[in-house]
Amino acid sequence: MKNLARRIGSVAALLLCAAPAFADELNMPRGVTDISREIYDLHMLIFIICCVIGAVVFSVMFVSIIKHRRAAGHEPADFHENTQLEIIWTIVPIIILVAMAVPATQVLIAMYDTGGEDMTVEVRGYQWKWQYKYLDDDYNRTFSFFSNMSTTQDEINDKAEKGENYLLEVDNPLRIPANRKVRFLVTAEDVIHAWWIPDFGIKRDAVPGMLNELWTIVPEPGIYRGQCAELCGKDHGFMPVVVEVMEEDAFDAWYAEEVEREAIRVENLSKTFTGEELMAEGESVYNTFCASCHQANGRGVPPVFPSLVGTPVATGPRDEHIRMVLDGVPGTSMQAFGKQLDAAQVAAVVHYERHSWGNNAGDTTQPRDVIAIQDQAAGN
Amino acid sequence: MSEATLDQVTDHHDDHHDHGPAKGLSRWLFTTNHKDIGTLYLWFSFLMLMVGGLLALIIRTELFQPGLQFINPEFFNQMTTNHGLIMVFGAIMPAFVGLANWLLPMQVGAPDMALPRMNNLSFWILPFAFGMMIATLFMEGGGPNFGWTFYAPLSTTYAPDSVTYFIFAVHMMGASSIMGSINIIATILNMRAPGMTLMKMPMFVWTWLITAYLLLAVMPVLAGAVTMMLFDIHFDTSFFNAAGGGDPVLFQHIFWFFGHPEVYIMILPAFGVISHVIPAFARKQLFGYDSMVYAVASIAFLSFIVWAHHMFTVGMPLAGQLFFMYSTMLIAVPTGVKVFNWISTMWRGSMTFETPMLFAIAFVVLFTIGGFSGLMLAITPADYQYHDTYFVVAHFHYVLVPGALFSIYAAVYFWFPKWTGRMYNESLGKLHFWLSFIGVNITFFPQHFSGLAGMPRRIPDYALQFADFNMLSSIGAFIFGFAQVFFLYVLIHGIRAGKKAEARAWDGAHGLEWTLPSPAPYHSFTHPPVVTEEEAHT
Repeated sequence: MKNLARRIGSVAALLLCAAPAFADELNMPRGVTDISREIYDLHMLIFIICCVIGAVVFSVMFVSIIKHRRAAGHEPADFHENTQLEIIWTIVPIIILVAMAVPATQVLIAMYDTGGEDMTVEVRGYQWKWQYKYLDDDYNRTFSFFSNMSTTQDEINDKAEKGENYLLEVDNPLRIPANRKVRFLVTAEDVIHAWWIPDFGIKRDAVPGMLNELWTIVPEPGIYRGQCAELCGKDHGFMPVVVEVMEEDAFDAWYAEEVEREAIRVENLSKTFTGEELMAEGESVYNTFCASCHQANGRGVPPVFPSLVGTPVATGPRDEHIRMVLDGVPGTSMQAFGKQLDAAQVAAVVHYERHSWGNNAGDTTQPRDVIAIQDQAAGN
Repeated sequence: MSEATLDQVTDHHDDHHDHGPAKGLSRWLFTTNHKDIGTLYLWFSFLMLMVGGLLALIIRTELFQPGLQFINPEFFNQMTTNHGLIMVFGAIMPAFVGLANWLLPMQVGAPDMALPRMNNLSFWILPFAFGMMIATLFMEGGGPNFGWTFYAPLSTTYAPDSVTYFIFAVHMMGASSIMGSINIIATILNMRAPGMTLMKMPMFVWTWLITAYLLLAVMPVLAGAVTMMLFDIHFDTSFFNAAGGGDPVLFQHIFWFFGHPEVYIMILPAFGVISHVIPAFARKQLFGYDSMVYAVASIAFLSFIVWAHHMFTVGMPLAGQLFFMYSTMLIAVPTGVKVFNWISTMWRGSMTFETPMLFAIAFVVLFTIGGFSGLMLAITPADYQYHDTYFVVAHFHYVLVPGALFSIYAAVYFWFPKWTGRMYNESLGKLHFWLSFIGVNITFFPQHFSGLAGMPRRIPDYALQFADFNMLSSIGAFIFGFAQVFFLYVLIHGIRAGKKAEARAWDGAHGLEWTLPSPAPYHSFTHPPVVTEEEAHT
């Protein structure tokens, strides 16, 4: 309530005067890249031209409103055309428009200067998260991860204090190096999304079946935030874009670490795990991806989020269980995790669910079991 | 037909010359009278304005502060979608068709519209179309939730089941609009009084003639788009499904090829109205009649070659971006001509500021602001930052609310005495104007700022830095909403208790409609009037 009162107070202050203190709320950010600054300058140029035209045109009108009133005793004149004037006010706007179009064209051409990139990241929109895939000519140096919003439901539902970066924070930000030309290939898996970082001056729709090309060079390390900008369904408002721009050395070190982690992940796909290993990995996967609906104790919140304790899914045929995790249940909140989790993670979480909270299916689930089902579905 | 039979027919008609409206409900159900149908259209659009406004207030209530307090994101999307659809197809368009019905026969000196039975049908389709569309909100799975632009595949593969009802409703609205525009074209081209050449037609007639052609051209395109959706959903085609070899971007091209002319369908008749109101209250002939006509025609032409400026972020070759940027910027030229002409009409006039004039002046100022933001949006590189933010929301609300809607109010107040035979109460009208004017600016002006600062549109919850402007916007929305309910009171008060109006209710008003008594007789001109120099070129 105190918050509300304070906000009403600041709204009242805004009503009185648009104080300079609010400047960052008032205008387009200048951003940090050359392109974003050129866009900003273009925006300000056109804005000022519009203001000047508006000031001139509206002053003429208000002078007329004050002077040419019947109440002021003004008699109507009798003119209704003036060819010279009409030609002038057709030609002059055209000249102004050309003056606007020239810098706009220059900036646009600069934005289309793709090529010569130092690295490429594929950006893929999903309902309602982003996937970032670092592409490299050496396939062993390619890896990917998902980026989900990390703001909690409690913050959204006013049950907890909202953090500083409310709705603009993610679990895994995209990481790119400073001062290198990064090319983005933007696409989508399901519906159309749009990937946007205001401070870089780039926004592009992520369209299924289409690869859009974007690039940026960010001179300053830092964390930059944006949001999905194309209506993509229920949680369109909850899929932020966060980019962490790192010093070049730090980025290279991080990249090497990720490549190593990826190698281990790939290795895991062909490994046979012990029950303990599966349970440990399964618990961590469960807590990240499943617990928010099915709860840490596996009992869910029936009827919306079913319990997993002693239910046919968790104790019946294992392959059905795997399929449900991979493909989800259409028309319910149970999404398909086949794209987000790899076979080792699915195997671990299925094993965990079948051997926790009193469930005891007595089987083991190995990555190869999951891969067999994935191959089956793909028709191999 | 021989002369004798022609005379007989005429005599026969004369016997029934004074027949008035039928009694009771059948008057409204079966009417073929342009005034009754105009009245139906206008009240229907007012009802839709209230419904669409209610949805807007639900949206603004949720957005009053950050966090989710009242509705869930799924329902929020249904609200934004239906608000847009109802306002565009249910409030603004039928209101202009209502004005056309009332005014065109009177302004061209005809007894009625050219195709009266089709006129009845084109109205009575609408309540069923909108009844069906609004009913989807109560269906299992909810109503349309994909935005009024219904981009595929969100509106096909990922749509709620009710989308089929939505498609059928859009088909019916389209049929209604096509019939309405055929009727308007037929009336204007065939039923003008002798002496009223094309370049002597009142501006409202001119703007509606051009609008009707736009409608005829693009409504079938919309019908095609929704039919392809229907096939994708039910018959497993893949027009818009990338997985089947289709293209989601194709949908956007088709939609905006309809959608951009649609924008002008909602503003050209407004230009016509303003071109009547300003001369009347400036007591001076409209400046630059010919250039006004040419400007409207140029805008209509340009509207067909700018559609992809709604799609700059979709991904297009550089040449395409440049073409659509330049063609869009060009629209500023004829639009500027219109604004300059209106101001020149006011210049050295003898102005008074009754309610219609207040709405018209507010139109000129606020529509121009919407035009400026439109010009900014045309600049492709800058559009990358504006696109799909509240800056766009502010822009199109400035051209549609203080643009199209204010012009409709100006028209209603201006012709109210001709329609009802009574004057509305001037103080009440002015109060309605000022409440609306203040409300609309408090609502939409701050949205420019939140958009520039980076707030995307169509989100149910927002980051904390947008909180102040959203709260302000919500307060303004409630002021504006209240003002429109108050408008209903002003109307009813005027109809019941207003002073008797003279034939020429405004001393500066010109045009054939003002030569008829107030209220105008049931059949406007049974004998073609003589078009004098004074009544032409209003």
